[in-house]
Amino acid sequence: MLTRNSSDVIVVGAGVVGAACAYYAAQAGLTVTVVDRGPVSGGTTGSGEGNLLVSDKEPGPELELALLSTELWRELTRLLPPQIEYETKGGLVVSADEDGMRALRDFAAGQEKAGVRAEEVAPDRLHDLEPHLAPGLAGGFLYPQDAQVMPALAAAHLLKAGGDRVRLRLGEEVTGLLAGGHGELRGVATTTGELYAGYVVNAAGTWGGEVAALAGVDLPVLPRRGFVLVTEPLPRVVRRKVYAADYVADVASGSAALQTSAVVEGTAAGPVLIGASRERVGFDRTLSTEVLRRLAAQATALFPVLAGVRAMRTYAGFRPYLPDHLPAIGPDPRVPGLLHACGHEGAGIGLAPATGLIVARCLTGGRPPLDASPFDPGRFMPTT
Amino acid sequence: MSTSASDPAAAPEAAGPAEPSGLYDLAVIGAGSAGLAGAVTAAELGLSVALLDTATGTGGQFYRHPAPAAGALRPEALHHDWSAYAGLRRRLEASTVTRLGGHHVWTVSREGGSDSRESGSAGGPAGGFAGGEGPWTVHAVTGADGCAERPVRVRARAVLLATGAYERQLPFPGWTLPGVVGAGGAQAMLKSGLVLPGKRVVVAGSGPLLLAVASSLAAAGARVPAVVEASGYLAYVRHPRVLAANPHKLAEAALHGGILLRHRVRLRTRSAVTEVHGRDRVEAVTVTRLDRDWRPLPGTSRRIACDALAVGHGLVPQIELATTLGCATRATPDRTTALVLDDLQETSVPDLWAAGEAGGIGGAQLARAEGELAGLAIVSRLRGRPARGGRVGKLQRRRDRMRAFADAMAAAHAPGPGWSRWLTDDTDVCRCEEVTAGTVRAAVADLGARDARTVKLLTRAGMGWCQGRMCGAGVACLAAGAGPGEPPAERRPLAVPVPLGALAALDGAAVGPVGEGPSAGPGDGPAA
Repeated sequence: MLTRNSSDVIVVGAGVVGAACAYYAAQAGLTVTVVDRGPVSGGTTGSGEGNLLVSDKEPGPELELALLSTELWRELTRLLPPQIEYETKGGLVVSADEDGMRALRDFAAGQEKAGVRAEEVAPDRLHDLEPHLAPGLAGGFLYPQDAQVMPALAAAHLLKAGGDRVRLRLGEEVTGLLAGGHGELRGVATTTGELYAGYVVNAAGTWGGEVAALAGVDLPVLPRRGFVLVTEPLPRVVRRKVYAADYVADVASGSAALQTSAVVEGTAAGPVLIGASRERVGFDRTLSTEVLRRLAAQATALFPVLAGVRAMRTYAGFRPYLPDHLPAIGPDPRVPGLLHACGHEGAGIGLAPATGLIVARCLTGGRPPLDASPFDPGRFMPTT
Repeated sequence: MSTSASDPAAAPEAAGPAEPSGLYDLAVIGAGSAGLAGAVTAAELGLSVALLDTATGTGGQFYRHPAPAAGALRPEALHHDWSAYAGLRRRLEASTVTRLGGHHVWTVSREGGSDSRESGSAGGPAGGFAGGEGPWTVHAVTGADGCAERPVRVRARAVLLATGAYERQLPFPGWTLPGVVGAGGAQAMLKSGLVLPGKRVVVAGSGPLLLAVASSLAAAGARVPAVVEASGYLAYVRHPRVLAANPHKLAEAALHGGILLRHRVRLRTRSAVTEVHGRDRVEAVTVTRLDRDWRPLPGTSRRIACDALAVGHGLVPQIELATTLGCATRATPDRTTALVLDDLQETSVPDLWAAGEAGGIGGAQLARAEGELAGLAIVSRLRGRPARGGRVGKLQRRRDRMRAFADAMAAAHAPGPGWSRWLTDDTDVCRCEEVTAGTVRAAVADLGARDARTVKLLTRAGMGWCQGRMCGAGVACLAAGAGPGEPPAERRPLAVPVPLGALAALDGAAVGPVGEGPSAGPGDGPAA
C-alpha cells in the first residue's frame, strides 16, 4: 500500500545503501518511502570514489558480502543506464620490495580460497598493465573482480529503477520515531509531518547513530575522515585501480591516527582520483595540507608522470565505521520494526547491493542470501 | 610591472619578516585597492607585511592597466579616481612591504589545530593568537600558470583577505559563441591591452558596471548600439537617503550618462539578451522585454546587429580561501554570498580579516576604506591595544555609508526568479563540461538533485576548469527549481589548481621570502 503518507517500509537515507534497500524491497513487492534531509547522494555516497573492491578484504564476513555484491552489481548494470559508469577495470596492488610481495602472496592465497581471483604479476609485466608505473617495483597482484561505479549516479539510478513502488521525500529530516500502543513501530515524524510504515530501515550512513538514538538505542557509528584529490582531465594515464601494499593494512587498522596509502585510478570522465586517507577527527572538514602532501607524494611515487599534473579539487568525506569495522545489517533486537543498514565504512558503494538484498529478505521473511549473523546490530549491546 | 616612464625605476629593498623564523606580522592576499590600503597602512605603522597577488603588478581588477609594451601614455584616462591608486602605489614604493607578485594562493592554513572554533573576534589576547593557536601559513604556487612545482609558504601572525570578486554570468542560448565576452572582461581588455572586443558591441546584463563598460567602450571608439539592463533603475529611487549620502556615486553616474548621451547609446531597461545569433561568431542578438520577475514577455523580441556582446550580471565575492577555513557567510541582496565581518573587518575566524569585495561588492573606494580600517585593526590586535581613535571612527562611518549604497544597488539589480525561462533545454549551462540546461533540469526532476552540489555530482556541471565559477549561479538557480536560488558558500579547498609535484614537496623547508633571490617577485618594479 502506498498512499500519500504511508507505505510498507520507510528507508531513512538516500545514499547508495538506502537506494539498494529501497530497490530490493520494491523488487520483493513492498512499497517504500525513502526520506532524506538532503538530496540524493548528499552524504558519504557523494564523497566516495565508487570502489567495488574485493582485493583489499581479508577472508571473512565482509569479503563474503563483497563477493555477493560483485555479482549483484554485475546484474544491476544490465538494468541501469550506462551513465553509472560501471567499469570492471580490475585492481592492481603493487609492492616495492620482495618482503611486500611475500605478504601479498600470503594474503592472496587466503583470498583465493574464499573465491577471489588474484593473479601474480611479475615485475617485467607490470608495465604491460600500467605503462606509466614507476620503474623498479618488485611486482604485484592483479584482481580482475575489482570494479568501479560513479557512486552518486549509481544511487540515483538505483532509486529510479525501484519504479512506482519507491517514493522519494527529499529535504525532509526525520525527527523522531512513532510508536504504537504496544511499543511497535508505526513510522517516523519528520520536519514536515508524519510518515507511516510498519518497518523503518536506518540507512543514514555516518549519521546512523543519530537515527538509532531517535529510537532510543545505541549504535556506535563514528566518522572516519578521508580526502580525495581530483586531477585535471587526462587521457587514460592510469587504467586500473592501483595501490601499494600498505593500503590493506590501513583499511583494517583501527587507529585514530592519520593513515594514507594512495589509491590511484583513472575515470571514464578523464580526471585521475587519488584517495584513501583515513583519520578519526570527528566531522571536521578543515583542509589538511599534510593529508594532501602524503596523497600526492604517494601517487607521484607510483606514477611519476603525475608530478606535473594539476590537482583541480579536493574534498573530504566521512566514512561510517563501527568498532569492529563490520556494518550493521538487519533487525534491531531492541526495537521491533527497526532495521539497520549502515556502518559500511569505506566500502558502502561496493557492499550496498548485498546489504539491500539482506534487508529485503528480512522484511519479507525470506532466507538471507548469506549468513548475516556477523552483521547483527545487536552485537554492540552491553552484555548483562 | 611599470606602466609609464614616471614609475620609480626599481622597487626598494623588500623588508623580510621581523623574526628569523620567517614569520611576518601580516600577510595580505590581493594587491587591489583593499589589499594595497591594508598593506601600506600596517607597514607604515611598523608591521612586517607580505603582499601576495596572482598578477605581477598591483592594482587588482579595478586599476588594471596596460603592460608597458602597450605604450600607453595615459593609463589613467580609462580610470576615474586614478590619483587615489597612484597615491597608494607611491606609499607602497616607499614602504617596507614585501611584494610577492605572481603568487597564486591555493589555501591558507593554521598551525596547531583546526580553525572551526567559535568566534571570539573582538579583542583576542595580545600577540594575536586567540585560543593559543599558531600562526597562519599562506600556501602559494608560482609560475606563469601556477605550474612551477616549487610550493611557496608564507607564515604570518595575521592574514588580510583582499581577494576581490569575479563576474557573474547567467547563461542564455548562444552565450558560448566567440564574440561574447564578460562585461568586466571587456573592460579589463580595454584597461590592460587597449583592445576592443568588436566594432559594434552590445552591452547587456545587470548592474552598475554596465554603464561604465558602455561608456569606456564608446569612448575608446566602439559603436554601442544598446545597453540592455534587466532591472529598472527606478529601484534606486526607493533609497533616496542612501543616494543623497553618496553624492560621488551620482556624479559618477552622471559622467557615464553624459558619455552615453554624447555617443547616442540607447539604454533599454527591463530587457535582456535572450539569444545570440551567428555561425562562427556573434552576428546579432535578440533583445526581449522582461516582466518584473525577469520572465521574457512574448512578442517583444527585436534583433540588433552587432559583432560582439559584453555581458555580465554583477560581481561575485571571491571567498573560497575563507569558506575553507569555516568563516561565516551571509547572503547579499543580489543573491551572492559574502563574508560576515565585524565592525573592524575581522571574519568569524579570529586573526583573519577581510576587506573589499570579499565582504560584499562595493567598489574601489569602499575597498580602500575597508583596507585601511583592517590595517589599523590588525596593528591594534598585534600590539594588544583596542582599535579606537578618530581615524577608525571616520573610516567606519565612511564604510557604513558606502555599504548602505552598495546594498541598495545590489537589491536593485538582483536577478529575478524568471530569468531561467530564457534557457532552452539545449543551452549549455556548464561550458567546461558541456552540460545543458535540459540535463540539469532532468537531474533535479528525475534523479533527486536539490542543490548545486548534487547537480554537480549527477551531471558534472561545475567540475571543469572553472570549478563552477562560470556556471555556479546558473546551476544553483536551476537546482533550486523555481526561484533564483542562493548559491551556498561553496567549499573549494583548492582555490587554484596545484601541481601534484608541488603538493608532494610540501614537507620541504618553508620557502619564505627572506634571503630569496629576485624570484620572490618584484611587485610593481619593472618587469624582470
